[in-house]
Parts: sequence; C-alpha cells; structure tokens
Amino acid sequence: MIDTHGIVKTFGRLKALDGVDLHVQQGKVFALLGPNGAGKTTMVRVLSSLMRPDAGTATIAGHDVVRESRKTRSVISLTGQYAAVDELLTGEENLRMMARLRKLSRARARQRASELLEEFELVEARGRPVKNYSGGMKRRLDLALSLVTTPQVLFLDEPTTGLDPRSRLDLWAKVRNLARGGVTVLLTTQYLEEADNLADQVAVLDRGRVVALGTPEELKRLVPGGRIELAFGTEEDLRAAAARVPGLVEELRLSVPTDGSAGEVKRVLDALDGIELAELTVRKPSLDDVFLQLTGGRAA
Amino acid sequence: MTLTLVWRSLRHLTRSFDNLLMTVFLPLMILLLFVYVFGGAINTGTAYINYVVPGIVLLCAGYGASQTAVSVTNDMVRGIIDRFRSLPIAGSAVLTGHVAASVARILVSTAIVVGVALGIGFRPSATAAEWFGVLGMLVLFVLAMSWLSVVFGLIARTVEGAGGFSFFVLFLPYVSSAFVPTHTMPAALQFAARNQPMTPIIETTRGLLLGTPIGNSGWLAVAWCVGILVVSYALARYLFERRSSH
Ligand SMILES: Nc1ncnc2c1ncn2[C@@H]1O[C@H](COP(=O)(O)OP(=O)(O)O)[C@@H](O)[C@H]1O
Ligand SMILES: [Mg+2]
Repeated sequence: MIDTHGIVKTFGRLKALDGVDLHVQQGKVFALLGPNGAGKTTMVRVLSSLMRPDAGTATIAGHDVVRESRKTRSVISLTGQYAAVDELLTGEENLRMMARLRKLSRARARQRASELLEEFELVEARGRPVKNYSGGMKRRLDLALSLVTTPQVLFLDEPTTGLDPRSRLDLWAKVRNLARGGVTVLLTTQYLEEADNLADQVAVLDRGRVVALGTPEELKRLVPGGRIELAFGTEEDLRAAAARVPGLVEELRLSVPTDGSAGEVKRVLDALDGIELAELTVRKPSLDDVFLQLTGGRAA
Repeated sequence: MTLTLVWRSLRHLTRSFDNLLMTVFLPLMILLLFVYVFGGAINTGTAYINYVVPGIVLLCAGYGASQTAVSVTNDMVRGIIDRFRSLPIAGSAVLTGHVAASVARILVSTAIVVGVALGIGFRPSATAAEWFGVLGMLVLFVLAMSWLSVVFGLIARTVEGAGGFSFFVLFLPYVSSAFVPTHTMPAALQFAARNQPMTPIIETTRGLLLGTPIGNSGWLAVAWCVGILVVSYALARYLFERRSSH
C-alpha cells in the first residue's frame, strides 16, 4: 500500500532523509519510531504529497506521490504533528467544511459532523470557536477531521504527544479499529511502548536513516534493555535468590534480564517463592536503550 | 469546493470583530474627516464632497482588499494549510476563497459609504449605465488589489508583515488625484501621481459618477487593473505551490 525507494530530502546541508525504503501492506499499522529531529515529520510530509523528495520514489496505493499527487490525495488523510484546525470556526463548522471539501452532500455533511462530534466527545463544544478549545480537544478534532471520510491510508504524526493517558488509550483503540476495517495506518512516535502496542511493523529512524526494521518482537530482541530489579533485606536472601534466577548482583540488588512481559515477572516471582523480597521494579527497554544499542552509544 | 472555502472566509469576517469594525467604520471616518475637516480648505472647483467621494470609495476598497494579505498569511503560518493541501482539491482554492470574500465584503462596505455620502450631500449625475460602469471598475480594481494582496500575504513570513502591506496601500491614494488635483503638487510628486494606477482609476470613477472628462483614463485604468490582476494571479499560484511544498 505504501512503497518507497531511496527517499532523500535535504535542507541546505542537512540530510533530513537519507535513502529511506519502506513497504507497508494494506490494513497494517506501521510505526516510524525515532527521536526528535530523526526525520519522521519530513517522511510523512513526503508521503502525503506535501513535500517533494530530492531523490527516490514513493507510491501510495499505486499512485506516485509526486507525479500523481491529486490521486494520492484522494486516498489519504493526514493528521500532522501540530493541529491543523481552523481556529476561527467552531468545531462543528470545521467538520462540516471538511465534509463538503470531501464532496459529501450538505445533508450528509451535517450528519457526519454530528456523528464525529459524538464519537470524539466534542458535542458540548460543537458551537464554540476552536481557538477556545484545550490542546486535547484540538487534537481530537484534528483526528476527527481526518476521518470525515474513511481514507485508504491514514498518516498520524506523533498522534499521542501531549495527550493524557486515557485519551492515548482511546486513540490506540481507534487506530486498531481502523486497521481492522482495512485502513493502512502509518504513524510516527517517540515512544517504544506505543510502537509496541499498536504496530505490526516498526522502522527505527535515526538521522534520516532506517537503522532497524521489524516487528516489535524482533526489535525488542535487538535491545536487551529490559530487566527486573529485585531488592533484598539481607545478604542471605540475595544469595539464595541469585542461585535460583541468574542475574547481575550489585549491593543488595539483583538485576534479571527480561522482555518485561507479565509472564516473565510471574516466572521470576514463582522461582523466588519463600524468599523475602523488599522491592521489585520492572524496567522496560526504553527508546534510549534502542538508540544506545542501534547507534553505538549515542543517546537519543 | 471553492464555494465552501468562500463560505469559510466569510465566516472568518463575522468572527473577527476588529475586522468588521475596520471594514465599516474606517471608511465612514475617512469620509467624514475629508468632507467636514479638510473640505473647507481644499478648493477643487466643484463641491468638495463630489470631488472626494470617488477617491474615498477607492481608498477604502483598496485598503479592504489589502486585508486579504493578512488572511492569507494567517493560513500559511498555521497548520491548516497542510490539511487543505492534503485534500484532492486545488490548494489555491483557499486563496480564491479569500479573494471572493474580500470582494463581497468590500461591496457591502462601499454600499454603506456611498449611502452615507448621499445622505450628507453627495450629488452624482450618473445614469444607470454609468453606475454599472462604476460597479465594474470597482470590482475589477478590488480583484486586482486582492490578488496583489494575496501575493504579499504569501511572501510575508509573519501576520504583522502582511499588515505592513495594508499600510502601504492606505497611503497610495494620497499621492494621486483622489483628494486634491495633481496640479497643486510639487513637480516630482505630480509626475508620480499622474503615472500611478490610482489616478486613472479615480478619474474614471469620478467621470462616470459626475460627468467630468475621462479621456484616456478609462483604458489606462482597465489596463492597469487587468495587468495587476493577471500578473498577481499567476504569481500567487506559483508562490503558493512553492512556499507550501518545502
Ligand atoms: N523546513 C525545514 N527547513 C530546514 N530544516 C528542516 C525543515 N524541516 C525539518 N528540518 C530539519 O530536518 C530534520 C528532521 O526534522 P523532522 O522531520 O521534523 O524530524 P522529527 O519529526 O523526527 O522530529 C531536523 O534536523 C529538522 O531541523
Ligand atoms: Mg516531527
């Protein structure tokens, strides 16, 4: 559904994208994971025909994003990194305008606006100018505007940055639903956790290059950053524990490598049955770990 | 498509109180200022109100059109332009929307100014056909100025920068035959005043309204407006594509 070959984009002397190849199948969720400045937004802008690449080709549903930008635009929807809403119009007017621009009839536009206001919990604010909305409300409206008609490909640039935890979960559920309905989703994120939860495939982007590509499982195997940290009251407890589960001993602490899953934690706790445990902390592989691993010690 | 975007631009007008105030009250203030404050001191050979109303109408139309620059820059510096551009519509329809709204807004404010002017003693001698001529001249002028404003709106990097253009446009009619006959000016200024587009446009409008001689002003006015319109429109399309694809 999305295929790119050797995408290059330079800004002056900076290579924001340096030969990016991506392949995303229909109905899959693909995550572009990378720190600030990695080139995620640039890639999304190229793919959504807002920016011409300096080299390379990209097709969306078979349409070349540069030569067939009109056709490309008819199959995509974009929710950019910063809310693209009309601040002077009300939430409802924004939705109705977008529906009309998507060629829905007047009656259908009104109906679709109402449905989306309902779905994104904006009913109460429907008649207020958007400039008075909170950040989270603007973000929800922004996403609703992208879903006025169901696109074949949906781009979400850091969709959960700045959202509270509950809204983040809501959004994750929506993305999963869309993918189940056949929509191909390409999202960018700085959070490994998000890529892990949502994506079928993850590409790690660093300084314009894809430095790792695979399923979240494959990726985490690359990153042995996860561990369970156990603290004990006495030397005896520590020694007894270390005999049962292998790990790194440091003072009264034992650090056990893990993938961070609940099953692993349970296995470790079962193995330690009978030994008194002062404290337990699960440390998941973080994006920092990914980058330490993949870029040879340079922090994200 | 374009109609939806015209609707959007018109909605913006009603949402922004400052804008509404500027559109209606500024022209009226200028009219009253010229007629009652300066009117007594300037001798143009006819009743000054008759001399000055055409100039004021065009001053206000030009100034009103220049506000388009601000609307365009406002869109360009915000994320909304990306949303429009990622739709399968001509991105420049957003610009057309602003221009169409600008024409509508100026026609309304001009009607108010002319209405008040008639109320305080403006006595045009125009026939129905001549009134249509005035309307045509006005629409052509507003279209040209609005597209020119779009160009400045696309060049400006900040909304304040775009506002600077309005200031320039507001000043332009003073160095023309809008408020005083050009022969009363110093020689260098006379040259500038006679050869800038505002003068033939004002002379044409005045001729149509009051029966003063038009001469070749009519053709000059139309040529200036069409020229500015064509060049600005092409430039706006070009700048829009360029500015938003980087
Ligand atoms: N329009 C631009 N002009 C100049 N440099 C840019 C532009 N857009 C992005 N960059 C630079 O390109 C790099 C990648 O940016 P971006 O794609 O926004 O990264 P991300 O979205 O991953 O944070 C950054 O170093 C950024 O400063
Ligand atoms: Mg970004």
